[in-house]
Amino acid sequence: MCLAIPGKVVSISGDDPLTRMGKIDFSGVIKQASLAYVPEVNIGDYVIVHVGFALSKVDEDEAQKVFGYLKQIGELGELERESP
Amino acid sequence: MKFLDEYRDAGLARKFAGEIHRMTTRPWKIMEVCGGQTHAIVKFGIDELLPKQIELIHGPGCPVCVTPLEVIDKALEIASRRGVVFTSFGDMLRVPGSSTDLLSVKAGGGDVRIVYSPLDAVKIAEQNPAKEVVFFGVGFETTAPATAMAAYQAAQKGLKNFSMLISHVLVPPAIEALMSSPDCKVQAFLAAGHVCTVMGYEEYFPLAKKYQVPIVVTGFEPLDILHGILMVVQQLESGRAEVENQYARAVRREGNQPAQILIKRVFQVVPRKWRGVGEIPQSGLGLANEYAAFDADKKFGLTDHHVEEPAECIAGLILQGQKKPHECPAFGAKCTPEHPLGATMVSSEGACAAYYRYRRNQI
Ligand code: SF4
Repeated sequence: MCLAIPGKVVSISGDDPLTRMGKIDFSGVIKQASLAYVPEVNIGDYVIVHVGFALSKVDEDEAQKVFGYLKQIGELGELERESP
Repeated sequence: MKFLDEYRDAGLARKFAGEIHRMTTRPWKIMEVCGGQTHAIVKFGIDELLPKQIELIHGPGCPVCVTPLEVIDKALEIASRRGVVFTSFGDMLRVPGSSTDLLSVKAGGGDVRIVYSPLDAVKIAEQNPAKEVVFFGVGFETTAPATAMAAYQAAQKGLKNFSMLISHVLVPPAIEALMSSPDCKVQAFLAAGHVCTVMGYEEYFPLAKKYQVPIVVTGFEPLDILHGILMVVQQLESGRAEVENQYARAVRREGNQPAQILIKRVFQVVPRKWRGVGEIPQSGLGLANEYAAFDADKKFGLTDHHVEEPAECIAGLILQGQKKPHECPAFGAKCTPEHPLGATMVSSEGACAAYYRYRRNQI
């Protein structure tokens, strides 16, 4: 119930913030989800959807940080190896 | 798929694991709260990548598993009545009540329907004015916004034939209950990322302080979990006990404000019994007085009754991190996903089901 994967918003219908719906693409499977709780979301954004509701927009910059950290430890590892 | 495949890269996972090995000097016990994380840990073998000193303890975060037996029995009673359409998330159908389950009620002619979203239940109520439509509202803070919206819309539409059997639960009071138990061995927590997409993580600061435990909000993909463990170990090794956010791509400190506003409006915080664990104060959501007309409990005049769990099932100990599934004598023998004795063997987020699916042959 708490598992969810990110999907891409491919279209949006409705103007009323409470009933705004989006078509969300999960790796080729398209599902409808309510956008009532994510008023800031636009077409092309990635969202996390739970039981038919988008609850959060995926932040691209933050998404890179996990890999940034890995790069950092990768470089540190190399430094350690280089130093005598 | 973007935001997915890159978090499952085996090479990068080994890099994280290597870093955890390098950092770890002492034994540490870390609880992942959420059943979804337990599932990923067992499926991808994340625990097997870790140093021997690190033990992952599986937490109570499986909503299907903690829904009390009494509530399942109420669901079964309502679903068996004539003129009722009983709607539920699919994972609740095979959860054993004290004598049967929803799937058997359905097979016996009950109108039990699986819905993907609570709004589907509202739609069914609109389309079937002559029937009583009931939605089984279970789950943590992740499903509460959806249930809240269903109640709100049903009220707006003035639906008289719609009600909900609510058994929502909240995570922070469960962490508090675990930590205040004298048997608790947990030294740090991976907090459930998706619960925090809704509620944010302000609530965890007092817990980290009071019990001096690091709490790291963590995502669900293998790299997220390894990264979360690394952040926790860094804190443990340096004697810190802070709240940190590994899952910043989806979780903001303040959470989802519009969702919290509607949750506050539709629900009130109530004491709640957790299956196998017992009652935890202020750990549930029930309908607020303004929405009492949608309370199936009241509408169907159901009374509370007390039923005992089957003695063989040790799911309560498993949910509190005191035992692992394979330590249950019934595991894989008398209890299997086809013939479950307890809810932790049914749900995809249940620890017993995860061990059965991925570890059976190693045990
Ligand atoms: S294996 Fe079955 S009987 Fe044992 S704890 Fe798990 S659900 Fe209960």
